[in-house]
Amino acid sequence: MFKKPKRKLYALIFLLPTLAAFIVGFVYPFIRGIYLSFFKFQIVNKATFVGINNYIKAFKDESFLRSFWFTLAFVVVSVILINVMAFFIAYALTLNIRGSNVYRTVFFMPNLIGGIILGYIWHQIFDGLLRSMDMPSLVTNSDLGFWGLIILMCWQQAGYMMIIYIAGFQGVPHDLYEAAKIDGAKKTQILTKVTLPMMMPSITICTFLTLTNSFKLFDQNLALTGGAPLTDGIWTTRMMALNIYKTFYGEGISAKGVGQAEGVIFFLIVVVISLAQLYFTRRREVQA
Amino acid sequence: MAKIASKAKEPKKTVKQTFGMKVLTIVFAVISIIYVLPVFIVLYNSFKTNGGIALNLFSFPDGESFNGFANYIKGMTFGNYPFWEAALWSLFITLGGVTLILICTSMAAWYIQRSNTLFCKIVYFFCIFSMVVPFQMVMFTLSDTANKLKLTTPWGILFVYLGFGAGLAIFMFSGFVKSIPIEIEEAADVDGAGPLKTFFGIVLPIMKPTFISVAILETMWIWNDYLLPYLILDGKLYKTIPIHMQFLNGSYGQTDHGAIMALVVLSILPIVIFYFACQKYIIEGVVSGAVKG
Repeated sequence: MFKKPKRKLYALIFLLPTLAAFIVGFVYPFIRGIYLSFFKFQIVNKATFVGINNYIKAFKDESFLRSFWFTLAFVVVSVILINVMAFFIAYALTLNIRGSNVYRTVFFMPNLIGGIILGYIWHQIFDGLLRSMDMPSLVTNSDLGFWGLIILMCWQQAGYMMIIYIAGFQGVPHDLYEAAKIDGAKKTQILTKVTLPMMMPSITICTFLTLTNSFKLFDQNLALTGGAPLTDGIWTTRMMALNIYKTFYGEGISAKGVGQAEGVIFFLIVVVISLAQLYFTRRREVQA
Repeated sequence: MAKIASKAKEPKKTVKQTFGMKVLTIVFAVISIIYVLPVFIVLYNSFKTNGGIALNLFSFPDGESFNGFANYIKGMTFGNYPFWEAALWSLFITLGGVTLILICTSMAAWYIQRSNTLFCKIVYFFCIFSMVVPFQMVMFTLSDTANKLKLTTPWGILFVYLGFGAGLAIFMFSGFVKSIPIEIEEAADVDGAGPLKTFFGIVLPIMKPTFISVAILETMWIWNDYLLPYLILDGKLYKTIPIHMQFLNGSYGQTDHGAIMALVVLSILPIVIFYFACQKYIIEGVVSGAVKG
């Protein structure tokens, strides 16, 4: 389509607007972010090179380490819960029970509401519940904060994953079930030997989406607990994204170089874990 | 034979409701009610006085706690920024950003797939890569760049959204362009239509389903986005709904829950209407976004 003499001209028309924005909005900030993680700075034109000092500081930063373990625990619990819930809801809704469409509509709805507003709504609900049991607010107990975030995340994301699983169930060829039935397979056998292997592509995608969403969670965390409570100088329910944000812009003396180094570490963790997950679940996918 | 049997079962609505399925129906009905309860509770609390909300969040408004539309009237000017202005900026940025993304990235994706040079492959790789990168990694340098380039207005931020939303959009459009037989475009080329005419006359109409999917996904993202506009927009002049809500809810002085809940209702309402109006497209958009991912 694009022949040599005029190719450059058409590149200007077709590619340039997106490419320019992409470089300004992503490529340049990304490369500069890696570069600046080796510098100590408050404002960027007064940066001094400190080598890997920022990374050493990041690994010694207790609030960063706490946020890492908190995030990891959150990711493990939420990924499992969301996917199990979504899988079985989708399975049940493809059985043609009455009103499937209504349930599907209802379960998906929370996804359209932004994280900040969801966080606010659930904060009020949790506090209202705790108050009626004469208990202190959600922001005074880090365990409650953790489970509050889990409930909020499940409530929001299960519907999204359900949609993908429903599409997956509908994509399994009907002949496979027929063939399994003729061969005398039991219901549980059909589920584990036919449905589950055929559903692996959907499981790959949903695990990937929930994994990255949970790792990157920010809005809900900010609006639900804001990281509270503060125990021994550490905000106990801060996840990594919020912690890095506070290292940059937060209270006290901000250390932007360390924040940038933590950002790079965060990025590497997300990439490595999500690639590993894709590799392991992709291996289990089968062809019909 | 199996094929015929499965065909016969195709009209699914007529499947007999077994006992197990009836139980499931009831279970799901109950879960659905619990599911919408949080939003419903906020809805009726937005008509209660602050005292009534503090006393018992779960009780319906009664003679004493009923506050009429007072919360809504107060919410309009509550805080240091008018709500309707935040709503207008949210609408402007979402519509503008999505339009810009749709036009620019569909053109770019077509060019990338059809010219297929090494340079294009590198750009494509970076686009996919950008989808995994957490925002906090580029947060500081991006807002610094935006400041220097004076992109801190609602017009400037559209450009930032084009850059940051390009990854997903290029990915989805590319996936679709790959499935269009190139012969159609070659025929147009032989007939003397240049790339511009070919794109807008032939490729664009074929891409319509993907257009809708990308539009839905990017709308959901930009409308609800908090941190990017918060860091980039000049906060004194411009706010979006999420920024405004977080400001009101934050620990700045007395929090007026009645007014905030009224605003929560007002910000959810357009989304719910949008959802019921194009539910089919939203669900298709989610599925196609995921399947290509």
